[in-house]
Amino acid sequence: MPGKLKVKIVAGRHLPVMDRASDLTDAFVEVKFGNTTFKTDVYLKSLNPQWNSEWFKFEVDDEDLQDEPLQITVLDHDTYSANDAIGKVYIDIDPLLYSEAATVISGWFPIYDTIHGIRGEINVVVKVDLFNDLNRFRQSSCGVKFFCTTSIPKCYRAVIIHGFVEELVVNEDPEYQWIDRIRTPRASNEARQRLISLMSGELQRKIGLKVLEMRGNAVVGYLQCFDLEGESGLVVRAIGTACTLDKLSSPAALLPACNSPSKEMKEIPFNEDPNPNTHSSGPSTPLKNQTYSFSPSKSYSRQSSSSDTDLSLTPKTGMGSGSAGKEGGPFKALLRQQTQSALEQREFPFFTLTAFPPGFLVHVGGVVSARSVKLLDRIHNPDEPETRDAWWAEIRQEIKSHAKALGCHAVVGYSESTSICEEVCILSASGTAAVLNPRFLQDGTVEGCLEQRLEENLPAGCGFCHIPYDELNMPFPAHLTYCYNCRKQKVPDVLFTTIDLPIDATVIGKGCLIQARLCRLKKKAQAEANATAISNLLPFMEYEVHTQLMNKLKLKGMNALFGLRIQITVGENMLMGLASATGVYLAALPTPGGIQIAGKTPNDGSYEQHISHMQKKINDTIAKNKELYEINPPDTSEEIIGSPIPEPRQRSRLLRSQSESSDEVTELDLSHGKKDAFVLEIDDTDAMEDVHSLLTDVPPPSGFYSCNTEIMPGINNWTSEIQMFTSVRVIRLSSLNLTNQALNKNFNDLCENLLKSLYFKLRSMIPCCLCHVNFTVSLPEDELIQVTVTAVAITFDKNQALQTTKTHVEKSLQRASTDNEELLQFPLELCSDSLSSHPFPPAKATSVDYSSFADRCSSWIELIKLKAQTIRRGSIKTTVTVEKASPMGEGNFRNRATPPCASSTVGVVKMTPLSFIPGAKITKYLGIINMFFIRETTSLREEGGVSGFLHAFIAEVFAMVRAHVAALGGNAVVSYIMKQCVFMENPNKNQAQCLINVSGDAVVFVRESELEVVSTQQPTANCQPSCTGGEVTT
Amino acid sequence: MTSELDIFVGNTTLIDEDVYRLWLDGYSVSDAVALRVRSGILEQTGATAAVLQSDTMDHYRTFHMLERLLHAPPKLLHQLIFQIPPSRQALLIERYYAFDEAFVREVLGKKLSKGTKKDLDDISTKTGITLKSCRRQFDNFKRVFKVVEEMRGSLVDNIQQHFLLSDRLARDYAAIVFFANNRFETGKKKLQYLSFGDFAYCAELMIQNWTLGAVDSQVDDMDVDLDKEFLQDLKELKMLVADKDLLDLHKSLVCTALRGKLGVFSEMEANFKNLSRGLVNVAAKLTHNKDVRDLFVDLVEKFVEPCRSDHWPLSDVRLFLNQYSASVHSLDGFRGGSLSVGPPS
Repeated sequence: MPGKLKVKIVAGRHLPVMDRASDLTDAFVEVKFGNTTFKTDVYLKSLNPQWNSEWFKFEVDDEDLQDEPLQITVLDHDTYSANDAIGKVYIDIDPLLYSEAATVISGWFPIYDTIHGIRGEINVVVKVDLFNDLNRFRQSSCGVKFFCTTSIPKCYRAVIIHGFVEELVVNEDPEYQWIDRIRTPRASNEARQRLISLMSGELQRKIGLKVLEMRGNAVVGYLQCFDLEGESGLVVRAIGTACTLDKLSSPAALLPACNSPSKEMKEIPFNEDPNPNTHSSGPSTPLKNQTYSFSPSKSYSRQSSSSDTDLSLTPKTGMGSGSAGKEGGPFKALLRQQTQSALEQREFPFFTLTAFPPGFLVHVGGVVSARSVKLLDRIHNPDEPETRDAWWAEIRQEIKSHAKALGCHAVVGYSESTSICEEVCILSASGTAAVLNPRFLQDGTVEGCLEQRLEENLPAGCGFCHIPYDELNMPFPAHLTYCYNCRKQKVPDVLFTTIDLPIDATVIGKGCLIQARLCRLKKKAQAEANATAISNLLPFMEYEVHTQLMNKLKLKGMNALFGLRIQITVGENMLMGLASATGVYLAALPTPGGIQIAGKTPNDGSYEQHISHMQKKINDTIAKNKELYEINPPDTSEEIIGSPIPEPRQRSRLLRSQSESSDEVTELDLSHGKKDAFVLEIDDTDAMEDVHSLLTDVPPPSGFYSCNTEIMPGINNWTSEIQMFTSVRVIRLSSLNLTNQALNKNFNDLCENLLKSLYFKLRSMIPCCLCHVNFTVSLPEDELIQVTVTAVAITFDKNQALQTTKTHVEKSLQRASTDNEELLQFPLELCSDSLSSHPFPPAKATSVDYSSFADRCSSWIELIKLKAQTIRRGSIKTTVTVEKASPMGEGNFRNRATPPCASSTVGVVKMTPLSFIPGAKITKYLGIINMFFIRETTSLREEGGVSGFLHAFIAEVFAMVRAHVAALGGNAVVSYIMKQCVFMENPNKNQAQCLINVSGDAVVFVRESELEVVSTQQPTANCQPSCTGGEVTT
Repeated sequence: MTSELDIFVGNTTLIDEDVYRLWLDGYSVSDAVALRVRSGILEQTGATAAVLQSDTMDHYRTFHMLERLLHAPPKLLHQLIFQIPPSRQALLIERYYAFDEAFVREVLGKKLSKGTKKDLDDISTKTGITLKSCRRQFDNFKRVFKVVEEMRGSLVDNIQQHFLLSDRLARDYAAIVFFANNRFETGKKKLQYLSFGDFAYCAELMIQNWTLGAVDSQVDDMDVDLDKEFLQDLKELKMLVADKDLLDLHKSLVCTALRGKLGVFSEMEANFKNLSRGLVNVAAKLTHNKDVRDLFVDLVEKFVEPCRSDHWPLSDVRLFLNQYSASVHSLDGFRGGSLSVGPPS
């Protein structure tokens, strides 16, 4: 009996009128936990009842404490008929179960009804007394902390980062049970809400157990999702990264950075591997076996039937052909061995983190992703969710092998998602292949790192760009150069990643949001035929998404993408692809080449003219973008290093990057010269459309920036004003003109208009940046496209930013030029090498053949598939430099005392998708917020139509999140995310339903201006959080 | 491609003051968009008309949702659904309860009933204020009236407490409530030259001096109903004009005091009896409800117009009235307050 839960119902206010006769309400409250229910007295005739109940005590197992939510139901007493429910409050008591979090939940909670929305508020106090339980076979995992934040939470230190934890639980969806035919919508919604609440509790407990098994004490980057599979059931699954965290007593103890391994890299011998065929042999094989399989049954068998990953038990070494890295020769072997020992014991060396302690990330290989199309079948035995488990295991294996092919032993920034339409489900997983510093992964001491760090002062900020794979045995065609920063290691020409920009990365200029948008029509089909059709379409979509991303990146004059998230959504008659990422210019990578347009049609005067006109437009856009994003890489050094084969023509051109000189030349000679240029071939209207669409993306209005990462590269002087928002749009396509082009245009317009609206709405915040812009696409019905965006607008101080950046660029510039000379010969050598190593001349220009699109001739397909895969995984490369100009970036940030703003009024709860609050310091994490709501209406018109309905619902969801945070004593939610927003309407019946799932971390923050500003080093980590916290609600 | 659904929800509710104004003024979304376009906002921001349309719709929806709360402003402060900074809350409330001078003059003193509400179309046509806005203003008056009508305590304080209005606006509402309750006629042509401010000024003085609250601060309706006893007492003023000696005495007292101070002294002297008779008759009739309603009409007819025809300057009127009432105290049999009101002309 390890826990006693105590609940007190204090009062209610603003209750709805339940008795028309008296215009009043006779309210009482039922408090339910598990199977026990208590009731308060009826408080007669009042809309503001004062129950002031006794303490209701529940004596329960801690297992139940974790799984069950506390249910509070407010009812109107009726002598003659059944009591009417006013609404409910579900309280997750998990935050009370670990010591450092909240100790009491107390405050006003909105009373929520799935049909009527919020109906008044109720004041509740909840406490838990936990008894120590030493039972080693226990099923509970009280005490394991959960964080949605995908980095090490601000007031903690990572002692060990253990690794991947995952779990899923399945159940029948109450909405699809027979009983649903006879019960009210309200009862059905409530059954669903309750079930999901229970399932998340159970899931969290099970994950907690795994963490304890790994000897961790926390899960960071916890991501929990629901799959509403309809008839076949309800899946709740979660992934996260198990860690051992230490509470920081003083921020001075911040983790020392250790970037040790980069040293070894110096010794890379130029391996004369006789087999430089990068395309078909060796590591590229694992790339090919990507499965777009659909398998209704378990085609994949695993030893364990439960979803346990058994991290510590299965030392799965060398799956398949062994690690690609090893094949590559002695290359970087030392480093690899170190880490491998640590990582290979794990079945899945994945990390859901996107930002890391300094030194953790050694190299980044590129994006790895895998998708698979499955047919859903009824889950027969909820206790043995083997099928779903096997599906995910399969995908994870694939990811793992892709990472290996990139010479990486780990995957960071890992995430999983699904898209379901009828009985077809696309499972997707993606992450960034990386080489990690083993020191954080085992029980090693962090002190070791410290020493190491002193010895080595290799330039930070470029190490992670250096390729982890063997350059002579590259898994995909890529163009390598010496790092523009340290000049010692090879870097790719572009870099795609799913993580945030590392703090120490050197970036030039600012970043920007880059999106690729795509629709593909698909025939309506059933079951297997449908799955096959989807499987066949997927590679084309991925390929095209990547082409678009690459083109847009080049158009921006940038060379790396961070935070890449590709979402493929399946609908009845179409597939949608939406990729978002933040483009930046990494100082360590070469200047991106321009985009060159080539026409295929034989000489035709006007056509040529058209082409050259277009070329000019593209060049202008690139130039404009460079100016807009302040991308002024050090020109001189670049010329020397960047173009190892100096061309006279280029030299004569002074401005910009040499690659743009291409505007003069339209010839198609891809194998020489123009090595950087990215060639678009235009041979039909499709391709033309595509080029046009490239140019239609409008940059944000001046004063606005946007990115989908945590912070905007190039801006580091945030001020304290933040505005988190969710915007939803649904458009109906006219069924007449459903062609791919029309669809693409519609979709593109939808997204662009949405962004424009956001800029307009938030114009009063200028200068500001939209951070963590998160787009989600869904296809609720045949002709409907729904786009949901959640982001936060943060103001910044325009004047301060520029200076820091500048000095930094200058510095790096200097460094660069001094190093130049010695290095000059190397690039030459390298270049000729790589030249010969490319079997296909065009590969060199990373060219993408636009003409080769889809449905034309089947012979293309194989090639495209191959390309699609390569590009997907690999062609990732560029990244950026700067921003964090001084290593004191953090310090700067802190020092900027925010003016004491009057807005710090009582009751305000901030919400942000970021892991931090600008101008403030998070002093305490109070626990995870994970809430699921259903709202339904049968009077849609009366509630203002679909817009009115959803607007009100989202506002209510925000209100409930804020109320829960405030009741925990917090004043903000960080890492907030709306994971699901499923909206269904039936205007003919005047009905609509919406499901929303949100999560985040409740925290207490203190404005920096309220702390002693003096020493950023000593902000008394144990400063009383109470200062802002508790009194929050009124 | 049509937009089925288009919403924006901020953690802090975004309030656009300009759009709020348009909404309050009762413009439809399309009219509001047209007006915003005319304001040049598209050029300033580089937005498109579609963006503006979406933005306007969104704000209108928000305001529509807020309206329910604005009907009981303390609810706006305590509700959890919209997170709005206090300064913005105050702005929302103040603007919502603000009214148009032209409108208030039309309904001031009218019974705030369904009947009047039906006439709002005409008022709307007459004043050029949209019907929607007229309705909001009318409903505001009515709502405030209903809430404070039977409350004890100071009228202004009650209004302030229940509607969280600024002091200025609360005073205006007190006047509106006071007028509505006593049904003073203000719509006659003769009274058209008077502004709401003029009436509000009168109302304030009357509340201070003529109501139950002026005597006893612990009664119901204290600030809205006139003190019947006081009105009864006013009858006694008849003596001032009925008794010839008293009238002469009164006149000589006033004349002595004002000699040389008044630009229109001779006119005053010549007219004193008429004026005094007029004033006293008006006062003495106030026991009848009908006559209470006509108070302002009578005052204008009996006092203001004669003065105006003789071109009395305002300062002279003030001096005269002050002296007129002050002198009464020195007459036998008079003590205590008397009317000290004269609508400024």
